[in-house]
Amino acid sequence: MRDIAIVAYSQSPCVADAGAANEVELIMPQLQAVYAQVGIDNAQAVDFVCSGSCDYLQGAAFAFVAGVDALGAVPPIKESHVEMDAAWALYESVLKIRMGHADSALIYGFGKSSPGELPTVLSQRLDPYYLAPLWLDTVSLAALQARLLLEQGRVSERQMAEVVQRSRRNARANPLAQLAGDPSLDDLLAEEPFVAPLRRSDCAPVSDGAAAMIIATVEQARTWGVPYARLTGIDHRMENHNPCLRDLTRSTSTRQAAEALGVSDAPVDVAEIYAPFSHQEILLCEALGLGQETQVNPSGGVLAGNLMMASGLARVGEVFRRVVAGEARRGVAHATSGPCLQHNLVAIVEGA
Amino acid sequence: MAERAAVVGIGQTRYKSKRQDVSMAGLLREAVDRALADAGVSFDDIDAVIMGKAPDMFEGVVMPESYLADALGAVGKPMLRVHTAGSVGGSTAIVAASHVQSGSFRRVLAVTWEKQSESNAMWALSTPQPFAVHLNAGAGGYFAPIIREYMRRSGADPNTGIRVAVKDRRHGARNPLAHLQLPDITEQEVADSPMLWDPIRFLEACPSSDGACAMVIAAEDALSGDKPPAWIQGVAMRSEPTMYAGREEVNPQAGRDCAADVYAQAGIRDPRRELDCAEIYVPFSWYEPMWLENLGFADEGEGWKLTLSGATSLDEGGDIPWNCSGGVLSSNPIGASGMIRFAEAARQVRGDAGDHQVPGARKALGHAYGGGAQFFAMWVVGADRP
Amino acid sequence: MSEDVAVMQAPVYLQYHFTAGRAPTRFLRRLKEGVLSGQRCPRCSQVYIPPRGSCPACGVATEEEVILSDKGTVQSFTIVHIPIPGNPIDPPYVVANIVPDGANISFIHLLSECDNREVRIGQRVEAVWRPREEWTWAMENILYFRPLDEPDVAVERIGTLPVTGLEG
Repeated sequence: MRDIAIVAYSQSPCVADAGAANEVELIMPQLQAVYAQVGIDNAQAVDFVCSGSCDYLQGAAFAFVAGVDALGAVPPIKESHVEMDAAWALYESVLKIRMGHADSALIYGFGKSSPGELPTVLSQRLDPYYLAPLWLDTVSLAALQARLLLEQGRVSERQMAEVVQRSRRNARANPLAQLAGDPSLDDLLAEEPFVAPLRRSDCAPVSDGAAAMIIATVEQARTWGVPYARLTGIDHRMENHNPCLRDLTRSTSTRQAAEALGVSDAPVDVAEIYAPFSHQEILLCEALGLGQETQVNPSGGVLAGNLMMASGLARVGEVFRRVVAGEARRGVAHATSGPCLQHNLVAIVEGA
Repeated sequence: MAERAAVVGIGQTRYKSKRQDVSMAGLLREAVDRALADAGVSFDDIDAVIMGKAPDMFEGVVMPESYLADALGAVGKPMLRVHTAGSVGGSTAIVAASHVQSGSFRRVLAVTWEKQSESNAMWALSTPQPFAVHLNAGAGGYFAPIIREYMRRSGADPNTGIRVAVKDRRHGARNPLAHLQLPDITEQEVADSPMLWDPIRFLEACPSSDGACAMVIAAEDALSGDKPPAWIQGVAMRSEPTMYAGREEVNPQAGRDCAADVYAQAGIRDPRRELDCAEIYVPFSWYEPMWLENLGFADEGEGWKLTLSGATSLDEGGDIPWNCSGGVLSSNPIGASGMIRFAEAARQVRGDAGDHQVPGARKALGHAYGGGAQFFAMWVVGADRP
Repeated sequence: MSEDVAVMQAPVYLQYHFTAGRAPTRFLRRLKEGVLSGQRCPRCSQVYIPPRGSCPACGVATEEEVILSDKGTVQSFTIVHIPIPGNPIDPPYVVANIVPDGANISFIHLLSECDNREVRIGQRVEAVWRPREEWTWAMENILYFRPLDEPDVAVERIGTLPVTGLEG
């Protein structure tokens, strides 16, 4: 199988409201940034383009079609789209390179959630016959999960606050983060419940923005003459939809993907985990088999800023940046989708 | 470098305007269960599930693959959701094939669907935005001016669209799954049907259907079932922007480039001679002559002559029958329509197309397009191993 | 109790605060003043209306605003025989792709005050605006377009006329 290199990554600042900017205006600066990193002019210089987005975020059908206007797709290009986080657009692109139909690919994800009420919009992702009519929003579902973990003694409120504290502190070094600071555990624990047992700080903020990445064969990366990291593994698994049909205190699909990739076969220096709620980071670390030696979410993770439909790709990008900078030799990135971690993707990024 | 892959199982629902007898999951399972049975495999033998459909607003369920995971046997497996507008049925087949062709998977399930009766599709596509007037003219209003421009430049016989409308419905009458069953349709009836978006008449436009289509795609060492495999000999996708200054809308370059790519992979130089039949996305009758030219079956401005000659008609014994299944003009569950084209091409080369079989077909083209005729997906399948 | 119920209505309402985009916002502000405007691509010089913030062909951001004429040319058209929900206009009516003078791309609008049988590709048309006091940030400020008493534009010249129109 062909070795795949990550050669460029860029992400917009996480902001609660991107104001007047439309999707194209959100995407373009990130595309220009990854083109500049590789030294190319536009999407014509790569063999394949794949994007991830969700029409319902901005409430317009075919929102992704506007994304094509950012690419300079004249003459026509090889292009595809997933109605998923762009981490899965990365997955599709990897298959395209492995089968030999592309030597390079541009991946981007974008979301403008501010026009709607994201937790309510996502309630309509549930089973349309039995669950969606209840308008169970994503925060309430995550609160049910947190309650189970707390009651079973698997997680404590103090551990959840520690996750938040570490996110805020790490985010101080991340100029793109939306929430950063140095809150004390006592302050965090003194916060009023939001959707009990979750406090507002246990929940990722809603952010507008975009992220882009370029991957290539190792040969193409060398031709471009740019620093790269190797994407040595990527896998993803689905779980039952109905939260009552699975053990919400474990992330079985994350463990399946991690085991299939052999995450634990070698030391993991850094991990970027897509945990929109603090308790989920704890159970995801467990499912990934991470130990004390792994630095978790040095960017602050999505608790510091959550670009819907791009946060998963951003996790891979954050690990890439640290591996290329020499801060880590081997890192793990994780992406999630669906209610209470229904669908999970794991990727391994290693030094060249 | 790509690993060989073949279609070993195909399943489709009966297409109908309202399938009120089944849930969304039930609709998909009707197609999926048939595809698995056709391939002689069970969910345990499937390594990944790839699902495609057109906008979520057609049913009002956000990212419905989450809810459908259980019914599709995807638990514990990778599952991907493709959405590339109207071409999505074709793209989903291509993305599914890439799972096998990349050497990463042995056997995958691809499924596409639409249950438009669950919502109001016309409304779903017309959320008002201030920089355009709200005419609610739909896809017909968008494509009618392009068809008019084709008629102007080609000087086509104005009856060409009527001929296609009759031909595809007669083909559809051979296919028990087709939504419209109009075995006795006449040219006069089409000509007399109400004009909707001039020059498109009611009977020259596709219906709106509920339905699903599924395929099992397998690696060379994982073939199964009693029927011959349909080998994938080429896959291609192309996209261009909806609008740009000087865009060729009648004969889009993305379509021409996509066809050239897929023909090169399949070793085809003269599609009319070397292909035995084709399943082409024709939602409005005039798109047959337009795509005949775009896909290289006829020279520019000559497509309508090929249609009028009967070359694309199974009933008239044409040399290059198009849309023997009845095509999009007979059944149109939007998100599945592209995959139906791909699956029907595969049925032909497997010799399994029932009453609409082209005798001895060994090589066929499947085609899908979407958006403002800007997204294209195509594959060539054959009876012969590539 | 009836066993025959197959469908029940369960309307889903989601509220969104629509944002047009930076480039479309400039376009809509001009429309409020009764002016059509576009943006020019810095690379290929083509003028887009309504501007979306990029040149789709080149994939570069557009910035330079170009004031356009409210006269234009019919690039193509259809005669629609289906009523528009909530619109008083009676079918059959003409929906046309119109390229305003000074732009290189068409938009869709109504064509009225004409004999539908006389509408043709290359025909010259002009905007009929609503009364000034009704102007808002919407394309509906233009009621429809109507034919101009000018010679037709040759097909190969459609989409290339300067803002001054035929004389230019």
